[in-house]
Amino acid sequence: MKTATIQLESLACPSCMQKIEAAVKSVDGVAADTVEVLFNSSKVKLGFNAEQVSIEEIENAIQKVGYEVKKSRVK
Amino acid sequence: MQRFIFKSKNKIALASGILIAIAFINHWTAGSVFVSDLALIIASIIGALPIALQAYQALRLKLVTIDALVTIAVLGAFAIRNFEESAIVTFLFLFGAYLEQRTLNKTRSAIKELVEMAPETAWKQMEDGEFLEVDVEDVDVGDVLLVKTGAKVPVDGTVLSGEGSINEASITGESLPVAKGKGSEVYAGTILDNGTLQIMADRVGEDTTFGRIIELVEEAQDSKSEAERFIDRFSKYYTPAVLVMGLLIWLISRDIELAITILVLGCPGALVIGVPVSNVAGIGNGARHGVLFKGSEVIGDFSRLDTMVFDKTGTLTAGTPSVAAEEYYGEGIKEALGYLASIERESDHPLAKAVLEAIGDVPLSPVENTEVVKGGGVVAVVDGRRVAVGSVSLMERENVKLSAQARADASRLEEEGHSLVLTAVDGELKIMMGVRDQIRPGVKEVLQRLKRLGVKNLVVLSGDNQGTVDVVSRELGLTEAHGNMLPEDKAEHIKSLIDQGRIVAFVGDGVNDSPSLALAQIGIAMGGGTDVAIETSDVVLMNSDFSRLPHALGLAKATARNMKQNIVIAVGVVMVLLASVLFSDWMNMSIGMLVHEGSILAVILNGMRLLGYRLRR
Repeated sequence: MKTATIQLESLACPSCMQKIEAAVKSVDGVAADTVEVLFNSSKVKLGFNAEQVSIEEIENAIQKVGYEVKKSRVK
Repeated sequence: MQRFIFKSKNKIALASGILIAIAFINHWTAGSVFVSDLALIIASIIGALPIALQAYQALRLKLVTIDALVTIAVLGAFAIRNFEESAIVTFLFLFGAYLEQRTLNKTRSAIKELVEMAPETAWKQMEDGEFLEVDVEDVDVGDVLLVKTGAKVPVDGTVLSGEGSINEASITGESLPVAKGKGSEVYAGTILDNGTLQIMADRVGEDTTFGRIIELVEEAQDSKSEAERFIDRFSKYYTPAVLVMGLLIWLISRDIELAITILVLGCPGALVIGVPVSNVAGIGNGARHGVLFKGSEVIGDFSRLDTMVFDKTGTLTAGTPSVAAEEYYGEGIKEALGYLASIERESDHPLAKAVLEAIGDVPLSPVENTEVVKGGGVVAVVDGRRVAVGSVSLMERENVKLSAQARADASRLEEEGHSLVLTAVDGELKIMMGVRDQIRPGVKEVLQRLKRLGVKNLVVLSGDNQGTVDVVSRELGLTEAHGNMLPEDKAEHIKSLIDQGRIVAFVGDGVNDSPSLALAQIGIAMGGGTDVAIETSDVVLMNSDFSRLPHALGLAKATARNMKQNIVIAVGVVMVLLASVLFSDWMNMSIGMLVHEGSILAVILNGMRLLGYRLRR
């Protein structure tokens, strides 16, 4: 289990939190109950299984719902 | 394609704005219906594109969002060939989103500035002894680093060599530079104003004081109160509910115009965004002034505070005793002072230090036959004269006669909380000094300002004896003062205060006070304290700066007020809109969207006021 912190473009609309949260949770390999979308710091924190899914796939899922990923850090 | 559309949202807003302008100018001048309609149709389509895409992506995730409401409303307007409304609504929606982003960035700026203060590179000593510039992430504990004038200190460390002065504003909020030399501690994120230092890295990255502050602040700005979580849950069901309502209205009234207007008016916006905006601006202001709030729940509690408890007299006093009163008896005082200084110079008793400081420079004489009387003082021969220095009981043992005046002075000073140092030369009392821990400068004003801010009870719980505590309490006008308290007694007392229905803040440095910090509704840690204190507390005063307390409290109150204002604005606007759509005929989709976006901007701008908050004196 790895944890990732993904920095997004600055979030402005509150409904985007729901969207991003749902998008990230829908990715297989992401631990759904660890997903946390931070509105003010415009970050997503999550835990995922590195054997099942790559960070790129998670970033893709977020970009698909319309939000730019600036950078991400995996620990 | 899809990413391209999302990315060009702002350009689309601009284009659709221009098209709408063309349509209206044409309408008033040439009057060609065809040109006007064409411009409006194009504006509607390009404007609706990103919105509809967002709505679709959300729907795939089983979410009905505000985008869906707007998309359906625009489609509805199209269906009844009201191109003017569809164009204006999409334009306002996109333009509003752009403005919101801009203004929101502003409210977050204080915290962003803080994060950007993080050092990025460091000059690290390599194996060959040369210094090389490396990424700050490549610095490990134990590395030797070079810090040049004007550069940021990259890590927390100890100065090995060199001298300089450092601006520690990023850690303490104080802009006065602090002098550093060999052995001094330096902190990541602070700036070396002048000089050059070589330092040894003690803590790096997220473990540094600065790294921890950033993490705390970042977590705090997004922590949610119970009310916010409720609003979030609420908005999840609210949006679909509005959709259903619009549908019902259409089915019943067969009036598409009315139904789509309801969709636009029902958009949640200001309500969801209002509280987080106040929160981030308030926390940002605090971070700039050396006050860390750990989240919006804390701000709410803190703003209703009525009792403030201090962990010890040392928080209010200077902590180092000094001579506060001097009485002289008879002749030869100058000599006596010289003898006193000569004897005290050889002692390491804490009172001796205070006495020496008070006497200053006097001619000293050799001291012989020194005899230390346990718990009483010192007797010695100086210049061939027998000198006794110590307590009243020592004087009695030495058969020194105390005049009525001296006795009166002694009992008065003791009552005021002084420890007495009497000096007798050849059996005659010459000097009486009262030594005491003194109130820190400024504390009185701080407490008065707290009282003006509505703190009714000021309490001190101290391990010192009751006499000392009473003196401090009387001088500062505290409401309660308890001495001889162990840490568990303090926790017990706080519990009883809470049981009485008070909202209690506990101010402490956390050295064995963590239970009390955790127990009080608001734990305020003095930042110089332990890591545990910073973890368990709700508010951290950086640099242990007591004088920040009134700013912290005032800011918490202002932020809590601001949140309430925003909720009132948000709810009020929705009520007015719904009422006017039902009871008046001037309301339509475009005006609804305008007011809706306007109310979002209003709450953001209102939140932004907090960035400039300063406590009035």
